[in-house]
Amino acid sequence: MNKAPKDTRVVVGMSGGVDSSVAALLLKQQGYDVIGIFMKNWDDTDENGVCTATEDYEDVMRVCNQIGIPYYAVNFEKQYWEKVFTYFLDEYKAGRTPNPDVMCNKEIKFKAFLEHAMSLGADYLATGHYARVAYCDGEYKMLRGVDQNKDQTYFLNQLGQAQLSKVMFPLGELEKAQVRQIAKEAGLATAGKKDSTGICFIGERNFKEFLSNYLPAQPGTMQTLAGEIKGKHDGIMYYTIGQRHGLGIGGNGEPWFVVGKNVKENILYVAQGFENELLYSDSIIATNVSWVSDRVPAEPLKCTAKFRYRQPDNGVAVHVIDDRTVRVVFDRPVRAVTPGQAVVFYDGEECLGGGTIDEIFRNGEKLWYVG
Amino acid sequence: MERIYLDHAATSPVHPAVAERMLPFMTECFGNPSSIHFFGRQSRLALDEARETVAKSLGAKPSEVIFTSGGTEADNLALVGVALANREKGTHIITSSVEHHAVLHTCHYLEKQGFEITYLPVDEYGKISLTDLKKALRNDTILVSIMFGNNETGVLQPIQQIGEMLKDHPAFFHTDAVQAYGLIPIDVNQLHIDLLSVSAHKINGPKGVGFLYAKETVKLMPRLYGGEQERKRRAGTENVAGIVGMAKAVEIAQQTMSEKAEKYRSFRKKMLAIFAQAGISYAVNGDDQEALPHVLNVTFPGTNVESLLVNLDLAGIAVSSGSACTAGSIDPSHVLVAMFGKDSDRIRSSIRFSFGLGNTEEQIEKAAYETVKIVQRLVSK
Repeated sequence: MNKAPKDTRVVVGMSGGVDSSVAALLLKQQGYDVIGIFMKNWDDTDENGVCTATEDYEDVMRVCNQIGIPYYAVNFEKQYWEKVFTYFLDEYKAGRTPNPDVMCNKEIKFKAFLEHAMSLGADYLATGHYARVAYCDGEYKMLRGVDQNKDQTYFLNQLGQAQLSKVMFPLGELEKAQVRQIAKEAGLATAGKKDSTGICFIGERNFKEFLSNYLPAQPGTMQTLAGEIKGKHDGIMYYTIGQRHGLGIGGNGEPWFVVGKNVKENILYVAQGFENELLYSDSIIATNVSWVSDRVPAEPLKCTAKFRYRQPDNGVAVHVIDDRTVRVVFDRPVRAVTPGQAVVFYDGEECLGGGTIDEIFRNGEKLWYVG
Repeated sequence: MERIYLDHAATSPVHPAVAERMLPFMTECFGNPSSIHFFGRQSRLALDEARETVAKSLGAKPSEVIFTSGGTEADNLALVGVALANREKGTHIITSSVEHHAVLHTCHYLEKQGFEITYLPVDEYGKISLTDLKKALRNDTILVSIMFGNNETGVLQPIQQIGEMLKDHPAFFHTDAVQAYGLIPIDVNQLHIDLLSVSAHKINGPKGVGFLYAKETVKLMPRLYGGEQERKRRAGTENVAGIVGMAKAVEIAQQTMSEKAEKYRSFRKKMLAIFAQAGISYAVNGDDQEALPHVLNVTFPGTNVESLLVNLDLAGIAVSSGSACTAGSIDPSHVLVAMFGKDSDRIRSSIRFSFGLGNTEEQIEKAAYETVKIVQRLVSK
C-alpha cells in the first residue's frame, strides 16, 4: 500500500497501558488517521464492585483525548471465553501449563479484533507489542523487538503472512525506557502506570484462588517417581514443571522440584536438586505449528528455540513431521521444558514461527511422568 | 467533516432561547430562593413562575411539582419514596422489563429492601399486555410503574388504559415520561397518572435538572434530607438557573409539539424510504404505528452493532444503540432482549436514530445514504 499516512487508517488496540498509549501517540505524530479501540475480553469486578476493565477504559479515553484521536470499545467476551478461556481450562484439566497469551493473540487480537478493525475501513492494525515487521524478498518477516528484554515475538509466534501484512508494531525499534520517556514527555495519563503482570484475566489476584473457581481442586500426594510419598498437594493444576516454591517438603539436603504429573491418579511427581536429571530433556514433539512465512521449511532446520518466555536461545534442529507437527532436537539438554507452553523458533533476529510443546523426550524415550 | 447529530434521545442541544433565559440567573439573579431579602425574592419569583409553567403543561397543580436533578432522581424519588411511605399498605410493586435503568435498578434495590417486584414482559412490539397487568395486580400492590414511551424503541405503552385500570385500585401509578414528554400531549388527570418523571435535557433544556409530578394524594418519603425546599420532599438549594431554563424549554416544547411530531414522522418515513429504495435488508424494531415520532430503532440483518456505530461515527453521523455498559463496550439492549429474546440476531444488529432540534431533511437524507453504504459494505464482507 502506497497511501500517504494521512489517508492510511490505523486502528490501535489500546489496553489502557503505557505501551499501547505510546504506540498510538507515535502513529498520530507520523500523521496517520489513528483510531484507538479498547477490547473488553473479560467481565470482572474487583472487591469494591468496580469493573476492572472500566478503569482501563477510562485511561484509554483520557489518553486518546490527549492525543486527539477518536476511541471506541469492542466486546469480545464471548469469543475470548470460547477460544481462549476454554482452551486454558482444558489444558489445566489435562495436566498441562497453557499459554493463554499466545492463544489470545492468535484468536482474538490478530483475528477477531483484526477483522473488526478491517470492518472499520482500517488499512492496518497496530499494537504496543515489542516486535518488528519487515518486508523483504516479497514476504513479511517478524523480527524480535530491539529491546531484547521486552521482546514479545514469543507470544506472537502463531502469526502468518495474512496478519503481518496488516500489522504495525510502532514500539519495535524502541527500548522500554524510551517508551516510558516518550509517555512522560508527552504528559500521557498512563505514563506512570505500572506494567500489567501475569495473565490478563487473573490480574493481580491469587492464581490458585482464581483457578479454583473454575476447576475443582483435588488434593493428592506428592511422590518421587519411585513412589515415595513426600507430602500433599492442593490440586495438581496449581503446579508447573520445574517449580520449587510452595511444595513444603522439609528435611535436609537440596531443595525439591516438580518434575511431573499423573492426572489420572492425581499424583504430583517431585525430585530433589535443581540439576536433577529428571528435569532435563533433549527433544520434543510440538503440535499446532505455524510458520510466519506460511511455508513449511526444508528439513532439518538448524535454528534456535525458546521453550518459555524470556528463556535464553537454545540451539535446535527442527524435523518436519507434517504441516502442523515437528520434532525438535536440542543441541544440549534443556531444563524444565513444559507441555502446553509454546516453543518458538528463531533465526538470529527473525522469529520463524512456533507451536505447542506436546511430548517430551530424553535419550529417545518419552518422559511419561511430565504429564 | 459535517457532523450530523441523530442521538437526541440520549441528550439534546440547549435551545438558544433557553440558554438566553438562563444566563441572568447565573449572574445577576443569583439569590437563594429561601432568603428573605430582595435577592431571594427575585429567585423565588422565577422559581414559582417555572413551577407554574411546568405544572400547567401536565394539567397539574404547581404544588404537585417537585424539582429534581433530572429524570433519574425523579424515578428514584417516585419508586423509593412511594415504597417506603406506603410499606404498611403493602410491599408489592409492578413494573415492566423494558423500563429505563433508573427504574429497573431502583427496583432491584427495593427488592433487597424486602419489596416484591413483578416485571411484566413485553411482546415483540415492545408492549406490555393489560391482561398480564390485571393478573399481576394484588391487594398489596402499592405502585405500578410503566414508562410512557420507550427511550430505545419509542414504543408507547397503553398509559390511558393502565390509568383506567388503576383508577379504582389503591396502587399509585407512576410513569417515566422522560422520552415522551414534550412530544406527546399529556394530561395527568385525564390519564389518571399519580406520579410522572421528566428530564429537561431531553427537551432542549439544560442537563442536571428535571422534575417529578406527584399528585397531592400521594404519600412520599423524601430521599434527600436537609432544608425545607420542595415542601420537605427534596432538600437542597434549588438549581434556579436550570429550573428556569427547563421551564423555558417546556414552554417552547408545548408550542411546537405538533409541528415537531409531524416533522420527525416525515424524517422517519424518509429514512425508511431510502433504505427500501437501496434494497438493503432492514426492519423497524417496535410498533411503527404507536411510537414516539422522534425515535427510530432499526435492525440491519448481517451487521453487528459495534461496527455499525463506529463506522457511522467515523462518517460523521452520531447515533446509538442499547446501553453502553461497563468499559464502553456495548451490551445487548435489555429492551430488545425483552422483545426478541437473548439469542436473537436482532439484538446485535440494531441501532437507534433519534431526531431533534436542528435536524434538517438534507441531514436525514445524508445520514440515510451513509447508513446504506456502511450496511452494504458490512453485509458484503
